[in-house]
Amino acid sequence: MKQAARGSLLGIEHLGAPDILGLLKLARRMNPLKPRPLLRGKRVLLLFYEASTRTRSSFEIAAKSLGAMTTLVLSSGSSIEKGESLLDTGYTLRAVGADVIVIRHPQAGAAALMARYLDIPVINAGDGMHEHPSQALLDAYTILRHKKTLKGLQVAIVGDIYHSRVARSAIHLLSKFGARITLCGPAEFLPETALNLAPGLHITRTVEDAVHGADVVLTLRVQKERLAGTKISLQDYVLRYQMTMARLKLAKKDAMLMHPGPIIRGLELTWEVADCPQSVIVEEVRNGVPVRMAILARALGRAR
Amino acid sequence: MVAKGDLNPKRENYSLLIKGGRLIDPAAKIDATMDVLLRDGQVAEIAPPGKTRGTAHEKVDARGLIVAPGFIDLHVHLREPGQAYKESIATGTAAAAAGGFTSVCCMPNTQPVVDSPEWVTWLQQAERGAVVNVFPIAAATHASKGAVLTDFRALQRAGAVGVSDDGKPILNDSVMRETMRLSSEINLPVIQHAEDTRMTDRCSMNDGPTAFRLGLRGMKAAAEASIVERDVQLAQQFTGARLHVAHLSTADALKAVRRGKRSKSHVTCEVTPHHFALTDADVGEYDTNFKMNPPLRSNEDREAILVGLADGTVDAIATDHAPHAPHEKIIEFERAAFGITGLETALGLAITHLHRGHRIPLGRIVELFTSGPARVFSLRGRGTLIRGSHADVTIFDPQKRWTFDAAKSHSRSHNTPFGGAQLTGKVVATIVSGRVVYRAD
Repeated sequence: MKQAARGSLLGIEHLGAPDILGLLKLARRMNPLKPRPLLRGKRVLLLFYEASTRTRSSFEIAAKSLGAMTTLVLSSGSSIEKGESLLDTGYTLRAVGADVIVIRHPQAGAAALMARYLDIPVINAGDGMHEHPSQALLDAYTILRHKKTLKGLQVAIVGDIYHSRVARSAIHLLSKFGARITLCGPAEFLPETALNLAPGLHITRTVEDAVHGADVVLTLRVQKERLAGTKISLQDYVLRYQMTMARLKLAKKDAMLMHPGPIIRGLELTWEVADCPQSVIVEEVRNGVPVRMAILARALGRAR
Repeated sequence: MVAKGDLNPKRENYSLLIKGGRLIDPAAKIDATMDVLLRDGQVAEIAPPGKTRGTAHEKVDARGLIVAPGFIDLHVHLREPGQAYKESIATGTAAAAAGGFTSVCCMPNTQPVVDSPEWVTWLQQAERGAVVNVFPIAAATHASKGAVLTDFRALQRAGAVGVSDDGKPILNDSVMRETMRLSSEINLPVIQHAEDTRMTDRCSMNDGPTAFRLGLRGMKAAAEASIVERDVQLAQQFTGARLHVAHLSTADALKAVRRGKRSKSHVTCEVTPHHFALTDADVGEYDTNFKMNPPLRSNEDREAILVGLADGTVDAIATDHAPHAPHEKIIEFERAAFGITGLETALGLAITHLHRGHRIPLGRIVELFTSGPARVFSLRGRGTLIRGSHADVTIFDPQKRWTFDAAKSHSRSHNTPFGGAQLTGKVVATIVSGRVVYRAD
């Protein structure tokens, strides 16, 4: 199979640790408040087949902060509605002058498919249940603002891991740097086979066990409609897995509470937890901009 | 090259002598160097080298090669009527000939579905341009909708060798029971694609670590095994019922077939080359040429199947040759069509993986391609080369190393995971009704 163009970011799984560190270092030198025209004249195509608030706006602001032009193409209101295939859409965007395509798509592997057939870098902004690499990078960036190293860090990931691209990318990244990761959720959201995803994973079905002594607690969004097909009721889920202040207290004193958003207060976490001093949920969103600036600069060979 | 085909040439007064090959005919319990004389579309004589009487119009030197009864593929999709952009009977049977198959049984999931005697007849007409024998399998229910049974007797009279709603398994218990009951009266095999589709909604590969890693919904092995278990029980209820499990892929389904065979009910099964050669880990990074249904399974399943192939539980190797056009394959993995081509790589994969890889004797492999499948569908006078049989012969070189070039495939489609595969064992010539229809370049 053909190789993706240099600078593409399709997932964390196949990214080397030095590459990840390079991106994080670069992100530290990026400041949206002090624009640098590294990408002046470059055209960044934002191709979104799915709803997005954080990822879309932060990629756009990141691109503009670097002096690039951005064009947003949504699946609704474009020829995608007329049945144009993913690859033909890619060829079209390439032809109008895209230098890089940032793609969000409901199907796993969509970014990889496009990257295989296009000669410009493709950045995966989330593909189905597969990966969301920029989220994992901004989470690592956020953790490293508070912790010295990822190595040996005790991380609890709680919630619907099966359906979560955020979880898969986070697990790959944290595992590469030697974090000790405990996954927690009901069997419907966390099959045993998840243990094969990366080295150093543990599973528990009890949220108290997962959170106990943790340095980082990453809670995931739960979609009500996904509970519908399972044996577990919404009430049960809230009772057993919701992040509450009492549960968060089991973690280390200086533990960070993370969530990729959008959060549903009263479901996977309580109102108080979302706004508690340990919560870095808003900071994660803020850090998304410099991290995505770094991703775009690397994609277009301007990683200075 | 494949001869421009016409399956009904003037058979009279034409004879062909295959000289000096190692004849392996498991049904006749022959494994010896023999000359084979074909005359008027039949096997006229088998004799030690130089001992055949009478002369032949043409001779084929088979020294150093294996001469076997013509291979039979119980499961192919020739895509006609209606989907000739994927494959036609002419191109599909050309690929079959190149793969050593002298007979193929084609599935009815075409457009329209082959659910009437008229379509069964149409498939067998000379105008279709088949270069090997085509045996139609007819739909078990109207339009394969799983509700109203077709006219089994009329379909059988028209030439259908079995009934199946392949790809759309018969889930409804009472419909399946009725299918088994009616088919048992006329001894007609029922072929089931065993998949409880209520369990596989939106799934695109096998359930397991690779599916989890790729973020793809996985088909559980139980979705296959549960249907096989139910069908085996139904087959036991009717004398004369014949259940054939298509493309069996899981250890548990194999266990159910073993139980069925022990209970003396007529249960048979086939296995595809890709299920014994590959596992779900081979899907890699969303390679749609590794997407088929049933999906590639775990290594444990693969190993169970290898045991079944060796110990006789599996009756036949069938390819499930399923050609698709690029626009159906070079798309998002979850949206891509299920299925791969397989006719031209089956023998090479069998010799490479089963014989060389797992020490399964060549005789057993030949059986899985010949007398095994012939028995499953009662194809009389085929799958053996005893005197009076149809003059269908496959000649192959079990030592020949070669690389499969998908671009040079005789099939209209190139959706194969084996492009560039290095294989051992290659077809040298394919003979149908006494005429050479394929000869390796």
